Amino acid sequence: MTGVKAAAQAAMQAVMKKAVALAPDSWIPGGEPDPLIRHKHGLIGAAISRIDGPLKVAGQARFSAEFPMERMTYAALHYSTIAKGRITAIDAASARAAPGVVLVMTHENAPRLNPTPPFMSKPKAAGGDSVPVMQDDRIHWNGQPVALVLAETQEQADHAQSLIRVSYAPEAGVTSMASARAQGPEQGYFRGEPLKLEQGDAEDLLAAAPHRVDAAYSTPRHNHNSIELHAATVAWSGDELYIHDATQAVDHVAWSIAEAFGIEERQVRVTSPYVGGGFGSKILWQHQILAAAASKLAGRPVRIMVSREGVFRIVGGRTVTEQRVAIGAQSDGGFDAIIHTGTVAMTPHNNLPEPFILPARSAYAAKSFKLDVKTVKLNMVANTFMRAPGESVGTFGLESAIDELAFDLGMDPIALRIRNEPDKDPTTGLPFSARHIVEAWGAGAERFGWDKRNAQPRAQRDGDWLIGLGCATATYPYYRMPGGAARIVLRKDGHATVSISAHEMGMGTSTVQTQIAAERLGLTMEQVTFEYGDNTLPGVVLAGGSQQTAAIGGAVIAAHRKLVGELLKLAGNDSPLAGLKPDEVGGFDGGLCSLQDPSRSESYASILARARQDEVMAEADGSPPLEGQHWSMHSHGAMFCEVRVNAVTGEVRVSRFLGSFDCGRIINAKTAASQFRGGIVMGLGLALMEETQFDERTGRIMNPSLAEYHVPVHLDVPMIEVMWTDEPDPHTPMGARGVGEIGITGVGAAVANAVFNATGKRVRDLPITLDKLL
Amino acid sequence: MRFNINGQPMEADVDTRTSLLDLLREHLELFGTKKGCNQGACGACTVLVDGQRINSCLALAVQYQDREIITIEGLGAPGSLHPLQAAFVEHDGFQCGYCTPGQICSAVGMADELARGVPSYVTADIAAEAIDVTDEELRERMSGNLCRCGAYNGIIDAIRETLAQAASADVKREAA
Repeated sequence: MTGVKAAAQAAMQAVMKKAVALAPDSWIPGGEPDPLIRHKHGLIGAAISRIDGPLKVAGQARFSAEFPMERMTYAALHYSTIAKGRITAIDAASARAAPGVVLVMTHENAPRLNPTPPFMSKPKAAGGDSVPVMQDDRIHWNGQPVALVLAETQEQADHAQSLIRVSYAPEAGVTSMASARAQGPEQGYFRGEPLKLEQGDAEDLLAAAPHRVDAAYSTPRHNHNSIELHAATVAWSGDELYIHDATQAVDHVAWSIAEAFGIEERQVRVTSPYVGGGFGSKILWQHQILAAAASKLAGRPVRIMVSREGVFRIVGGRTVTEQRVAIGAQSDGGFDAIIHTGTVAMTPHNNLPEPFILPARSAYAAKSFKLDVKTVKLNMVANTFMRAPGESVGTFGLESAIDELAFDLGMDPIALRIRNEPDKDPTTGLPFSARHIVEAWGAGAERFGWDKRNAQPRAQRDGDWLIGLGCATATYPYYRMPGGAARIVLRKDGHATVSISAHEMGMGTSTVQTQIAAERLGLTMEQVTFEYGDNTLPGVVLAGGSQQTAAIGGAVIAAHRKLVGELLKLAGNDSPLAGLKPDEVGGFDGGLCSLQDPSRSESYASILARARQDEVMAEADGSPPLEGQHWSMHSHGAMFCEVRVNAVTGEVRVSRFLGSFDCGRIINAKTAASQFRGGIVMGLGLALMEETQFDERTGRIMNPSLAEYHVPVHLDVPMIEVMWTDEPDPHTPMGARGVGEIGITGVGAAVANAVFNATGKRVRDLPITLDKLL
Repeated sequence: MRFNINGQPMEADVDTRTSLLDLLREHLELFGTKKGCNQGACGACTVLVDGQRINSCLALAVQYQDREIITIEGLGAPGSLHPLQAAFVEHDGFQCGYCTPGQICSAVGMADELARGVPSYVTADIAAEAIDVTDEELRERMSGNLCRCGAYNGIIDAIRETLAQAASADVKREAA
């Protein structure tokens, strides 16, 4: 997006936002609480095992590369070895002559494609970047696909790919932060707004403050590394394309591929019933488009399963951040100034400046703020969304700095945080929809035994092991994106099917949504089928931003309301429900009943039988998601960590971890706990080991494997305790806020703060590897 | 080539370069065994060969003819789950479910190693007659199976419970 266009869009959004902020509550979705919030002892909140669990543990859940087809071909990719320049020649003669080879595709014979719409450029854009896919001889990053081989078997494709020789005319690329910075940093924009905010004169107040911390923090590149590789099984039938994909955005992928091929969206079917982990990575990258293009040329189905190295080469990860955090405080701990600024790397072809300042916008009260994200452009694979983009690494800087300030002030770091608890959103002035972080801190501290912590570093030792405790705030916004729509079909035998094009990547979507629908309709879970993972179903629902539960919830509320209206019409004047309005009835025990007088009820079977109908159907769009501009809506957590650091080797072991969350109402105690723990485990990786090593001379990723990119393994993870306030948010569907991303936030700082407490060493550069502690 | 998989004789005409993993997935349509790295780093492809756990991505199919191969499909199916599979569901020892078959096969192989008294890096007393099955012992022995969803706590809970139930069943049998 150009600066002028972005600025115009930002100005427009600002006007709209003001109007929504000032509107009466009753005009806003969520102004009237979801009636489901009142249901106290039903399915909502229960610890229910995953309904797809038996399939998954038996190996019978079918992932994208697991759909057999007649005349299947297998794809292998060949990647560029330079970061910028031109292809001068491709010698593919040996590859074409190799046994089993069906096709070698390069920019010379690939079908002509339109540029891929990059994510966030249009409502349904899904591209990781806008680089033309194998359309010309230009190289934009080291690792860009330059050839694709199709063969009868994977072995033949892999071998033939290895025979391809590419000659390049390299050009000087930008592959280091220093050279990128020399080109001039630009303003970062996120969701159409500049990542820049100044209130009061923060630098002056900082300089004048009796206590201050002012430090530089840095975080490296990360890769999602979901265990399922990026894969697709692709087949054309005439002009219609079918993709079994591994994606968290079926509609976005379908629309964007249709744009690339210049066909109608309805000609593309994308299904994705099971996804083996996504964490932000499973959107549209070159492999699905290349597979579809190759399939078109060869006239045969294609299976593409990108190698683990390939995932590092063509699927972007989280980008590098360089942050400054400065906080000025009075002696009683009150903040005069919060400054959080810095620079992130991105590419000329994507839209995500890692928005690390988001936590500082709403976490604490202060007299002044200065927040700013600048971007620099590198020749590298386009960075993308990875679990809690912004908050995961932003909380590392902010929450480390608060710990440093607390130590300087001689204050308990929890007390310092509570001292600066805001009573309304500190930067927008909006009221909070619900905020119970102080309760979360209290419950967590008591459970963890925080009062036994010695604030003096290096005070606790067990043989060679130094022991320390640390804490940090976790924070993530509530989002509900536009586009949600759902269909409910209720049969006369009392079975309901709820359909929406949502996703199950392990978050528990299918289980949780079955629970919710059953509770709303007054049915058992066995009487409800939840259909998802198919772009032909209603709605456009991204599994991202921890918004899916809310987006589905908002759509199902609308469809349910319509369904109840239909049922009341069908019930007519002979029903005990006669005269009641949709708002006056609820689902109960296989039928509808009056909320005022539960003795006035009629079963669905009875209503439909009298109306002589086999089923009733309702489909509706979710309300426009204005609540997020009317209230300040955020989840929080209080994160506690105990580390043991070896005084001889510097090895860090996390021995205890507790997360105490305030995320609205928890819908499924079992799956939500797993989401929290899973986020925390990824946070332990961010804190201690994860780093995508980028060679600044060549622009090449140097550790593209799970052997060299270390993620937490069993032995790295202690029993993690999680707890929650379970306070419903009155303004969200079901009273819930998302739980997928908040778990990773705050963890980096909680570990770093515990390491400081154990050793007296402050590590401001992630990951905290042992060399930094010797 | 002839194979014995989950107690069934199977035949396939495959390239000698074909890994045991690709044989299972691409030629026999046994998709329960998963590919996560294809280089022995993640454990998603773990199967049992003559009762021992191996990474099937690092095994050439041609070398495994006439060996007794058990995959996740051979352990149990929905409706007749292996106790460990049922415990994984109960303890939510997974989220996306992709590493799960490998975790379960690995745990079955590991249980046998524990029973045979094979020590690990964290075994406190390698001379002891029976290995003290601590969480640390289980975690170390399962560390070759990565789970990016971070379901490690649930996996260890499921394995611990299943081992304890098997041990108490053994005690009851002996007493009888």
